[in-house]
Amino acid sequence: MSFLLDCPNCGPRDVNEFSCAGEVTVRPKSSPTLRELTSYIYFRRNVAGVQREWWYHRQGCEIWFQAERDTRTNEVLSTEVVEPSSRAGTPGPEGVATPDTPAV
Amino acid sequence: MRLPARPGERIDREREVSFSFGGERVRAFEGDTIASALYASGQRVFSRSFKYHRPRGLLCCSGNCPNCMMTVDGVPNVRVCAEPVREGASVWRQNVWGSLEHDLLGVTDKLGGPFTPVGFYYRTMIRPRWAWPLYEKFLRSVAGLGKLNKHATRANRYDVEHRRAEVLVIGGGRAGIESAREHSRQGKRVVLVDENPYLEIEARDFEVISPGRALGIWEGGLVPVDAGRVLYRFRAEKIVVATGTIEQPLVFPGNDLVGVMLPDGVRRLIEDWRLKPGDKAVVVTADETGREAASLLREAGVEIAAVYDLRRERLREIVGRGRGGILRGVEIDGRKLDCDLLVMSGGRQPAYSLLSQAGARVEYDAARGVFVPTDIPDGIEAVGTVTGDGIAAAVPAASYNGASGKGKCFVCVCEDVTDKDLKRAIAEGFDSIELAKRYTTVTMGPCQGRLCHVPSIRLYARENESDEASIGTTTARPPWAPVTLGLLAGRPHEPAQRTSIHHRHKELGAKMMWTGTWRRPHSYGDPEGEAQSVHASVGVIDVSTLGKMIVRGPDSAEFLERLYPNRFGDMKPMRIRYGVLNSDAGRIMDDGTIGRLDDETYYVTTTSTGAGAVLEWFEWWNAVWGMDVEIVDVTGGLAAVNVAGPRARDVMRKLTDLDLSNEGLSYLDAREAQIAGVPSLILRIGFVGELGYELHFPSPYGEHVWNSILDAGEDFGIRPFGLEPQRILRLEKMHILVGQDTDSESNVLEASMPWIAKLDKDDFVGKWSLEQVQERGLQDLLVGFEMEDGKVPLEGAQVVLEGTQPIGRITSSRWSPELRKAIGMAWVPAELAEEGKAFLVTVDGGFERATVRLRPFFDPDGEKLRS
Repeated sequence: MSFLLDCPNCGPRDVNEFSCAGEVTVRPKSSPTLRELTSYIYFRRNVAGVQREWWYHRQGCEIWFQAERDTRTNEVLSTEVVEPSSRAGTPGPEGVATPDTPAV
Repeated sequence: MRLPARPGERIDREREVSFSFGGERVRAFEGDTIASALYASGQRVFSRSFKYHRPRGLLCCSGNCPNCMMTVDGVPNVRVCAEPVREGASVWRQNVWGSLEHDLLGVTDKLGGPFTPVGFYYRTMIRPRWAWPLYEKFLRSVAGLGKLNKHATRANRYDVEHRRAEVLVIGGGRAGIESAREHSRQGKRVVLVDENPYLEIEARDFEVISPGRALGIWEGGLVPVDAGRVLYRFRAEKIVVATGTIEQPLVFPGNDLVGVMLPDGVRRLIEDWRLKPGDKAVVVTADETGREAASLLREAGVEIAAVYDLRRERLREIVGRGRGGILRGVEIDGRKLDCDLLVMSGGRQPAYSLLSQAGARVEYDAARGVFVPTDIPDGIEAVGTVTGDGIAAAVPAASYNGASGKGKCFVCVCEDVTDKDLKRAIAEGFDSIELAKRYTTVTMGPCQGRLCHVPSIRLYARENESDEASIGTTTARPPWAPVTLGLLAGRPHEPAQRTSIHHRHKELGAKMMWTGTWRRPHSYGDPEGEAQSVHASVGVIDVSTLGKMIVRGPDSAEFLERLYPNRFGDMKPMRIRYGVLNSDAGRIMDDGTIGRLDDETYYVTTTSTGAGAVLEWFEWWNAVWGMDVEIVDVTGGLAAVNVAGPRARDVMRKLTDLDLSNEGLSYLDAREAQIAGVPSLILRIGFVGELGYELHFPSPYGEHVWNSILDAGEDFGIRPFGLEPQRILRLEKMHILVGQDTDSESNVLEASMPWIAKLDKDDFVGKWSLEQVQERGLQDLLVGFEMEDGKVPLEGAQVVLEGTQPIGRITSSRWSPELRKAIGMAWVPAELAEEGKAFLVTVDGGFERATVRLRPFFDPDGEKLRS
């Protein structure tokens, strides 16, 4: 991992300055079933392709933002600070993680 | 020993330099490499081979092969053919028992054959099983290349420098220089790197780093360049690869004898250092370079016994003959020729590795017998012979009668892999070249396939009755050039955080310890005495390391309500509550106190080592929820001390006008007031179980406040206490330490803090998981215990039931001088978690009885805390 990431504040910086919190997930609204809960906590889509993920500029301006990254090539298509209006339960580009394995 | 001077030679005969080799002084000229100087002094054997300890001499003289690796000034595996001489350098042979000329381990070459086939460490040295430790000890002592002095401190300082270039040119040959000039004419900032220490370029418009070895090409145009003591991490918008070609050896029995050389090695000896590479030479070549070498040799007065051009005649058999590992002659298709120099050339092969790392494909050009890079990725350009342009056809045979039994026939000189080893690997089913690489270690040695990759592919093609194109290449991976670990590590950084009171602790005789990156007093020499004085009178501890945050904004109450399992919205201003942070999986992350300063402002403290993670956590959820809250980290800006003990109030009275009565400032109250003239936030909390005041104030006043407290407390016998006494005190009170008593699996319900989880709240992070825990029922609980006979078990000791398996573990244990008991905390199954139940604990190899205690050992009702 050595690619550059466009921090919305600081511009292109070495990826080592950031920490990645993984793909964007959707927190269930209320009282999820056990299956929904474990999917949210433990399952990730883990796509070979473009995924939306959370990044934190830990050794920089300490901002959280989202990036669209191609997991195969590490090409970063876009980065953005998520606007409050679109924040609550921001889904990934292709919706919630759906586990292939029964989550019980 | 030198040939007559002539223009163009590298050496400056006017300037002498000397260094030591094996303790003997060697004279050299400025411009020599260590190898050329040693060669001039008569040295012919430069190393012993990796496995068979065969004598090896100069082969490539270009820094590619492993044959001249020595230890220079304590650094092992230096290729002395590319290492300029330095006055006073200390050079030693390596990988040898005895001398280069008489190496005891050379016996492996003569007798080891049946015992050292490919992969021998998996098969011949495993029986009898009991003897393995002996084999292992022996193998370890002979394996590896060179030795590091384990006791040496950092002899060299290495640095890492981050740099940018618009265009980075790798390779300073004709094509590289042309490209650099062209790009700088276009107004680009160009940097050119080349591994050659003698690169002479007229470069006014661009920067040259030489010697500098590009180690690889990573994503984002990252090219680390090894420049000796500095590693440049280049970010380049465009990378031009002009790495040229590498001369390939021929594979025949005896092809590793001292005196067998590649044409470029011969050329360098003659042209650069004016050395005569032999007296009588035979040349076997698949391209023009051998013929060029032959004419250079003639000029240098070397007799040419024969020249074989493989483009015109096909040879069936080449066998090098030697004595003591030194070439004496060669037998070619039955013709015996005496010679002390055999120049071999298997053609030139593009050095495409960096391009391949960057994503280029590699194709075999059957007509010319070379692998060439294609599909060069964006942002990268290949120029010169590395593209395959300008390389004449040269397709030598895969090997020349290696099966004749007339000596070992090396495909790989780094790892001593013979043609027999590769054939055996094929016979055993390792039919792909990638598997062959892993099994035989061909291409995995110091040359990284420079000299053995193509020969091994050719051999595989022939043995599998296939062709080079279908065998294909192995994956090229960084580093392309060997690099010292010290350079990759860079300068040693061990960041230490010190509080503003640090130096006072040192003066008071504190024993310092690490907690995360913080330096904190373990104690001031008497942990139990310090703990006792907190109970008896009053003590003071520096808690500046606590994480501290201000959470402010109209949504701050709602924000904390969502983050913590308990309530913060209903708190009155200037009140404090304990809080435990959970993940959504219901696991305990951190704990601390939260004080409400006004309607919209909270003061949050975290554990000392959790500060960064909690800040990150808060900021993340704020980004997710988008609430109207600002979070400010004030950890470094504020110092904090805790004054605790029955006389704490008396000490505080001398420092402030604040009403300190139990009514004026009761337990879990907060106030802002002047302490010793310093504006402070006073929190009445009691981690150590006695009446206590935690004072938070601007860091620069640390020493002043600390001194004032010690002065004010003098009459009461105040003592500073460290972390260890604090741990005794909190254990007496059964206060948990996150990370010590809990781990990444612990939740608040089972960590015996069920009261903190307000499951009737609409939502909080971790709520649903805690509900699931509730539903499935509690399994293991965190409980207190005391030992019946007073022995203190180790933290981590096992909890067992008589005659059964371990059922739990001890997380904390101490001798409590106050209670005169051995006490602790442990995870035990729920059915054991009842007051007075007994279990066994492993202590000193035996078992001792312990009794479960669910209430704090000290002041169980918190009367002292609230007094």
